[in-house]
Amino acid sequence: MIGTEYYIALSAIIFSIGTVGVLSRRSAIMVFLSIELMLNAANLAMVAFARAWASEGALAAMNGQAAVFIILAIAAAEVAVGLGILVAIFRYRETTELDLLSEMRL
Amino acid sequence: MIALAAYAPLIALVGALINGIFGRNLKEPLPGYIASAAVFAAFVLSVMAFFGLQGQEHGSNVQLWQYLSAGNFKLNLAFNIDHLAVIMMMIITGVGFLIHIYSIAYMHNDSGFSRYFSFLNLFIASMLILVMADSFPLMFIGWEGVGVCSFLLIGFWYGIKANADAARKAFIVNRIGDFGFLLAMFLTYKVFGTLNIADMLGHIQVARVLPAGLTAIALLYLLAAMGKSAQMPLHVWLPDAMAGPTPVSALIHAATMVTAGVYLIARIAPLFAASPSASMVVAWVGLITAFVAAFIALSQTDIKRILAYSTLSQLGYMFVALGCGAYWVAIFHVFTHAFFKALLFLTSGSVIHAMGGEQDVEKMGGLHKYMKLTSITAFIGTLAIAGVPFLSGFFSKDAILAHAFTTTLAPVALNYIAYIILLVTAVMTAFYMMRWYYLVFLGKERLSKEAKAHVHESPSLMTMPLGVLAFLSVVAGYFGLPEFLAKNQFASWLENSIEVDISFGHPPVWLEWTLILISVAAAAIGLGLAYWVYSRKKSKAMLRISNSAIAKFSQSGAGFDGFYNAGIIKPAEETAEGLALLDAEVLDTGLSSLALGVGLFAGLMRKIQTGYIRFYALAMALGFAVLVILAAFWGKLS
Repeated sequence: MIGTEYYIALSAIIFSIGTVGVLSRRSAIMVFLSIELMLNAANLAMVAFARAWASEGALAAMNGQAAVFIILAIAAAEVAVGLGILVAIFRYRETTELDLLSEMRL
Repeated sequence: MIALAAYAPLIALVGALINGIFGRNLKEPLPGYIASAAVFAAFVLSVMAFFGLQGQEHGSNVQLWQYLSAGNFKLNLAFNIDHLAVIMMMIITGVGFLIHIYSIAYMHNDSGFSRYFSFLNLFIASMLILVMADSFPLMFIGWEGVGVCSFLLIGFWYGIKANADAARKAFIVNRIGDFGFLLAMFLTYKVFGTLNIADMLGHIQVARVLPAGLTAIALLYLLAAMGKSAQMPLHVWLPDAMAGPTPVSALIHAATMVTAGVYLIARIAPLFAASPSASMVVAWVGLITAFVAAFIALSQTDIKRILAYSTLSQLGYMFVALGCGAYWVAIFHVFTHAFFKALLFLTSGSVIHAMGGEQDVEKMGGLHKYMKLTSITAFIGTLAIAGVPFLSGFFSKDAILAHAFTTTLAPVALNYIAYIILLVTAVMTAFYMMRWYYLVFLGKERLSKEAKAHVHESPSLMTMPLGVLAFLSVVAGYFGLPEFLAKNQFASWLENSIEVDISFGHPPVWLEWTLILISVAAAAIGLGLAYWVYSRKKSKAMLRISNSAIAKFSQSGAGFDGFYNAGIIKPAEETAEGLALLDAEVLDTGLSSLALGVGLFAGLMRKIQTGYIRFYALAMALGFAVLVILAAFWGKLS
């Protein structure tokens, strides 16, 4: 069986890629994709821990997996809303370049 | 039949509301008639209560509703219509009705006609509540109500700053007394556990309270009475209160409201009877006020201010009677004083009306031939207050003198001192009243041209009340003849309400007669001296007297206003100015520099708000990284 530490390392790598993506990409779509990456990195870590704790009993294993389901559901809702906003912004501005969306500055 | 009188304040209140809300749309005399009708209805109810009380030992208690219920403290509002209250009610509504009628003519063509009658009815309602109250809080409602009406009516012509100032002065000085009333109520509840007047008086007879406690409560009620009844040193508002319309001075500042303090002390007479030291203070307050006010009245030149100081002096007499434990005598003097003082004020109103607003007696004189009815009734009032035999003032004033002489509530030495002070005051009273009458109605005409063209007898709506009051000023005294001549109906009537046991010495009949002769002589000396002085041409000696320091002292109101100005108002103003400077210099500067600092800091912080989402995301990521590092170092992650 593959050790839990490999999963965690993979999760950390994916999370870092997502973070760099959020910070460096200018297109809102790409930032959005990066956020999804970060979320799923966390999910991966959660599932990995759930598997590691499975020997403690079914309940302990269920804890992590239940959290993953909740995150998935929320991520789906977030995607629906976020993409809706993106489409609206695109219709209005004909771009999704994030640096151009700085009206909030005083 | 007695309980019907509970509607009297309501009727007056309805009158006030009608005039207050719709009065502006009513044509001129109508608001006056509505108000007069309301007061007349209240008068009829009071008279009915008076006849209903004949032969009864106790008054009627009319429960209204529960006003307060807090824990085990419950307060029911109720009217107690007893023998004492009904006398006051008849004075208030009877004299009040005459003054309402008079006002219809006096306030003719005034732009605030309906407002005036609304206030006047409100006053009648408050005053009735005050005298009918069964508990201190209800009395306090009436007490404050009359204070407000007094304020509103003194400042009735509020366009003139002096009037508005006088109104404020009256209100502020009265607040001092009201403060005493409140403290007295707190202490009453603390000591007796009740605010019901009858219950409290019942507890006194059980005597489970320390005398010092009784004295403290009594002195606080005295403070309240001193404020409302304008006793020295809280009297300064009353002379200034003459800024109001003259019928108001007659009703509020002579006949009724200012006697509320006397009524309060008579109402709780057993409390004062149980505390000789408090009674002593009452007597001395009265003595000083009676004497000093009469002294000030000697040299005033305003037709109404003379009467105002005279009112103070007579109120002082009433307080002396209260302090001597002769409570019925005090109410008896309230009763007679209400008639002759209202009469005197209304005649001076008639004169002011005729002169087109002139109030300086130096610019009057010889008015008798222009306004005979006013002059004759004024003369009756003058004689009545001076204590000329067979007029009402004689009987009540003589009763005060006799009771001051014979009371056992005070040490014997005080009896003689009090008697002498009162006697000297009586001489001064007769003197300044004759001076008033002579300067206004007799002697040389000193009228200005406009006044002379204007002068006329007042309309019958004004002279009729004068006639009625003059009649009452003559006969009112016969209800309270001296005990050794006839049964004193006034005293035996009030015995039902004022249950105190104070014994008075019974001097032999020859001494009684001597005392009466002495007071007759006092009145004669005062009247004669004034007539002699003012009917002669001004000699050099006279001028020297009128320019002397003591005359100046009298003219200035015995320096009270000067004292208050220098002692209280000036320091208060200076403190206020100092505080304003502190506010402007220290607080404002401090606050604005603080605001400036916040602004500068905000300007710095604003730079961070770039509006670039990726910058915010970076900040979040860095912040999160820092938190993780901190947690790794200090937290217990392992």
